[in-house]
Amino acid sequence: MSVEASQTSSPDSADSNGDTPLISVEHLKVFFPIKQGIVIDREVARVHAVNDVTVSIAEGETLGLVGESGCGKTTMSRTIMRLIDATEGTIRYRGDDITSAGHKQMAPLRREMQMVFQDPFASLNPRKRVGQIIGMPLKLHGTSRKQIEPKVKDLLDRVGLHPEHINRFPHEFSGGQRQRIGVARALALEPRLVVLDEPVSALDVSVQAQIINLLDDLQDGFGLTYLFVAHDLSVVRHVSDRIAVMYLGKVMEVSPSEELYTKPIHPYTFALLSAIPVPDPEENRNRERIVVSGEPPNPINPPPGCVFHPRCPRATQICRTVEPPLTRFPNGHLAACHHPLNVSPEEIKAATKDPTSPLSSGDELPSAEEGNGAGPSGERSPEAGSASEPPQAS
Amino acid sequence: MSTTEPAGKAARPKNEPLLKVDDLEVAFATEDGVVQAVDGVSFELRPEEVLAIVGESGSGKSVTAMTLMGLTRSPNAKFAGTAHYGDRELIGASEDDLREVRGAEIAMVFQDPMTSLNPVIKIGDQIIEQIQEHEALPDGPARERAIELLERVGIPRARERIDSFPFEFSGGMRQRVMIALALSCDPSILIADEPTTALDVTIQAQILQRIRELREETGAAVILVTHDLGVVADIADRIAVMYAGRIIEEGTLDQIFYDPQHPYTWGLLGSITRVDRPRPERLPAIKGLPPSLAHRPEGCHFRPRCPHEFAKCSEIPPLEARVDGQPKHRDRCWLSVDEKHQRREVRPGEIGLPDKDEEAPAA
Repeated sequence: MSVEASQTSSPDSADSNGDTPLISVEHLKVFFPIKQGIVIDREVARVHAVNDVTVSIAEGETLGLVGESGCGKTTMSRTIMRLIDATEGTIRYRGDDITSAGHKQMAPLRREMQMVFQDPFASLNPRKRVGQIIGMPLKLHGTSRKQIEPKVKDLLDRVGLHPEHINRFPHEFSGGQRQRIGVARALALEPRLVVLDEPVSALDVSVQAQIINLLDDLQDGFGLTYLFVAHDLSVVRHVSDRIAVMYLGKVMEVSPSEELYTKPIHPYTFALLSAIPVPDPEENRNRERIVVSGEPPNPINPPPGCVFHPRCPRATQICRTVEPPLTRFPNGHLAACHHPLNVSPEEIKAATKDPTSPLSSGDELPSAEEGNGAGPSGERSPEAGSASEPPQAS
Repeated sequence: MSTTEPAGKAARPKNEPLLKVDDLEVAFATEDGVVQAVDGVSFELRPEEVLAIVGESGSGKSVTAMTLMGLTRSPNAKFAGTAHYGDRELIGASEDDLREVRGAEIAMVFQDPMTSLNPVIKIGDQIIEQIQEHEALPDGPARERAIELLERVGIPRARERIDSFPFEFSGGMRQRVMIALALSCDPSILIADEPTTALDVTIQAQILQRIRELREETGAAVILVTHDLGVVADIADRIAVMYAGRIIEEGTLDQIFYDPQHPYTWGLLGSITRVDRPRPERLPAIKGLPPSLAHRPEGCHFRPRCPHEFAKCSEIPPLEARVDGQPKHRDRCWLSVDEKHQRREVRPGEIGLPDKDEEAPAA
């Protein structure tokens, strides 16, 4: 399958071509302290929301960030927007370190980085008119009053709403239309980067399709770069050039969009894909599915080794002790797994450790022993591999 | 399992419908006028069957389900029509009669597991309360039953966790508790209102599998209310598609997915994003918005959004069988069956309306 992503930007462009990515994070960690005590506020534990993540987004690219609730995807997107402070690591915007930039330093950048929120009912002030909502960012960034109104009307038109509706209140609009207002507000300052945090998950299916098509058009029209956060793999696919799958604060797999669906390498991605019910009864009956048991572990105390190992059908001894590095397979496809799926022995031999791997990960790359790289049917029982696992794969 | 009838329950002959809803109407008086939420809905539910009621927000699917349980009663609500469960009439039943039915005969699982459990009562006590409400069972055996129920819905270490509070459970676990609660009196009908919408996909797969197994173990019929056609394809036997208060098409799983008759069903099937197909350039979307239930268009409710609309559509199309030899496949569309076959693409799963997106502004 050809990689459609390449029309916008090659998946590697961000890391290897020497082009500076628009936004990048390096070994980003965000921990939330849990405090206890009345007089002395002692930190007793930490929630490892984002745990050593390195990704970058090139100009004009759309990165889909996918994972289940609690995987850290929203924390990560808000940290990139500097709404949450990073615990460790670096955030770069056009190569400049903005990790600890102050208000003054951030102010001009805010123009270029905007956000669309999940809930269109909660993210618009119910007492303000549409014109005020969309005009506010313009006003704050010094657009003169005379220029604001035509600008707002133009924006309403661009997102498929009637410019005459400028004086209406949010409650007069449906969910899909409100999300369009949220999009118009984000676009008011002509940003470069738009972070979309689950922009369609509160909407009905037929309206979801309308909003996704709109986002697609706007990206072409304004030359936008998107970070599209979602829990739904089927939605992300239609907008993304590359997709990063997160689980428990770590990146499990980064892949060119189309390849993730035809060739998932990480067992977690495969499980996510196979858990999506297909709207076709016949295929549903014949489809091979993995229903992962259990639930994501507590991010206060993430499991050692691979964070997915307690739920993984392919896990062996090594998964419990050594954190797998992000391994680079052909096409810029990265996966952090000791027992990758859907890759040939040659591809495993040629694989290298990617520099974006977490610092705590081991150097051990997947070995081409039998079982590895096989299709999903090459399942192992959780204990099966532990005895036969070679101590050191070369 | 399914053939043994629990003691004290009316016998359930296999071919008799368990529940028969006829011409159900629900209207609410609001500041904006009368909202006709459900408009002439009729369906039957047979034992051990999973009936999916599918529709978007505001289609009346949840109101239909909640009305059967008597949960939409209010001074502003007006009801018409009948719903027969055995020899009981549910729509006009007294509160006392309904109390006997609720939980014991017809149980409900709600969408949001975060808000449907009492946060200050231990989950075990919530289940025991429901058991003892319907059966004179002492505390000890009731507690044993509660533990057994929790194990059945897949809660590990149920004996320890029975004394947990809801906040100690994740969303998926709470939804399991809700299902345990619904099953506690061995109901013959389980109404599940968007049971997995609030859950992650991997957890959704677990819960759906559980509902499927439990249906086989207990022989309960299930009414599944959902907007997700993927979930429906996974679990339903029959489907009723609702739009703006009416059932616009009803048929078996395969009839709806492989021979859909109503243009709205085509659009609904077409607008689903799929992971198992090459991605289309653009997602097919249905233009416009569903009508306000206070000001519905005359005739066919889908008319303003339908690309195949013609003169006859200003009359209400009756819900009737239109496909030859398929008496159970009913729909509300005036187009002839041949015209429908010509106008929709017949590749299953890729049926879509022409790409005319962009929402019409609210009137």
